[in-house]
Amino acid sequence: MSALTREETQALIQEVLEVYPEKAKKDREKHLAVNDQSIEQSKKCITSNRKSLPGVMTIRGCAYAGSKGVVWGPIKDMIHISHGPVGCGQYSRAGRRNYYVGTTGVNTFGTMNFTSDFQEKDIVFGGDKKLAKVMTEIDALFPLNKGISIQSECPIGLIGDDIEAVAKKTAAETGKVVVPVRCEGFRGVSQSLGHHIANDAIRDWVLPRRDGKAHESTPYDVAVIGDYNIGGDAWSSRILLEEMGLRVVAQWSGDGTIAEMEKTPYVKMNLIHCYRSMNYIARHMEEKYSIPWMEYNFFGPTKVAESLRAIAAHFDDKIKEGAERVIAKYKAMMDEIIAKYKPRLEGKRVMLYVGGLRPRHVIGAYEDLGMEVVGTGYEFGHNDDYDRTIKDMGNATLIYDDVTGFEFEEFVKRVKPDLVGSGIKEKFIFQKMGVPFRQMHSWDYSGPYHGYDGFAIFARDMDMTLNNPCWGKMQAPWLKKDEPVAEKAAA
Amino acid sequence: MANIMIQGSKGAYVFYLPKRDLEDNIVSMEFDTPEKWGGEIKLNNGGTYYIEPQPAPARLPISLRAKRLDAAE
Repeated sequence: MSALTREETQALIQEVLEVYPEKAKKDREKHLAVNDQSIEQSKKCITSNRKSLPGVMTIRGCAYAGSKGVVWGPIKDMIHISHGPVGCGQYSRAGRRNYYVGTTGVNTFGTMNFTSDFQEKDIVFGGDKKLAKVMTEIDALFPLNKGISIQSECPIGLIGDDIEAVAKKTAAETGKVVVPVRCEGFRGVSQSLGHHIANDAIRDWVLPRRDGKAHESTPYDVAVIGDYNIGGDAWSSRILLEEMGLRVVAQWSGDGTIAEMEKTPYVKMNLIHCYRSMNYIARHMEEKYSIPWMEYNFFGPTKVAESLRAIAAHFDDKIKEGAERVIAKYKAMMDEIIAKYKPRLEGKRVMLYVGGLRPRHVIGAYEDLGMEVVGTGYEFGHNDDYDRTIKDMGNATLIYDDVTGFEFEEFVKRVKPDLVGSGIKEKFIFQKMGVPFRQMHSWDYSGPYHGYDGFAIFARDMDMTLNNPCWGKMQAPWLKKDEPVAEKAAA
Repeated sequence: MANIMIQGSKGAYVFYLPKRDLEDNIVSMEFDTPEKWGGEIKLNNGGTYYIEPQPAPARLPISLRAKRLDAAE
């Protein structure tokens, strides 16, 4: 099917909105748009970061998810207490594949769940005593932990516990960092506020700890910020930076440690991958420590080369040469991959719906494979995310913010993409509709997808999914008539 | 009153309001001399904010308190 025109896309949005009641329709209309590259500011065409509509299915998380799950969770040598009832921590335990090196339960704690397991009496009489006890126990049982973060669940804010006081008291007793994070799930409209709260907690409780202490640094120190090492992403990014001559001092927060984070104020430059979740801390470090920051994109060879050059431009000739050397080194490998997979994937159309940075960052990687992204959207993006997306997306493509289950299904039925990239909650719906699907949150248990090594895996995975023979077998053989199978499945 | 951050450099200031995640270019600033800096600032989106006039900061970005006079929406 050929691409939709601007009018057709607009008509499609109107048609999908038709089922809503008047008020809901008015509200949702603001979140759906046809891309127009001539628009400078996204707020003229799309509204974002608003409360989801009650009564529809959306795919958002909460502030606790943003803090514990995204920002703090991957810091491997700290213990993150899910402070409150047991469920929030247990059902999200190890859900995000933040790979790390270490012995779990001895010196790293990434996939473990620590909780204060609130009972009725803790709600009635307050949970501060229990929290203090939990932390004392943790320090006895896991002496190699380098610190504790207290991730508040909803009841903590509701009953008004003073976790800051407990944190200070315990920190004085153990001599380790204890960070109280006020990331109760009811705060904000999505996980996005959780990222912000977590960043503020790092700003207030972690970064000042080494202020004024001597640190041996080189002119090539950088920190990788906002790479959560999903399936090893941060590692495949890091080797490129090191190959070009930079010294990666800290990884935030995939495979990261608290010591690395404390050292970040001494770097020469902060490199931000996930702008949405970590821009706050980058801005703070720019103000307080005069560290410049920049966004980069390590998806697909075109964008990797672009980013390596952009990063090198901030350093001297040695690094600039290093960047060219790295790009040249991997060029043959990239050409080979593109030669192998492009003929199999060329012209295929993709619809994305993810969070954070991927709705715009992976567009380049798909384009390198000759594929086209015809629709994209963020779960919890803000206006500045859409500002950046408009330029990356083609004209007359669909943009949807906080899309509802119904809208997404209808869009896919009409736009008929060859591939949908979204999360686990959408995966089986679309697979049952006969549309090839990749999880773009967890890389469908594959990865890494960042960097040159990651692109090889990305290309293979996309081919594996799209050209899988199972898509031709969506109909039971005895139901098969003369009509072509593919059309039946997509209808 | 809201906490804001002014980034960029003289002549090309960028306004950032974390609470609303509003990032925009500053079109005009009432006072922009080393001795007196601030006053009414107009944003590209049409919003107007007011920061207490003060000596120009030694370096940017800087976090300040600002009063909203007229927010664009």
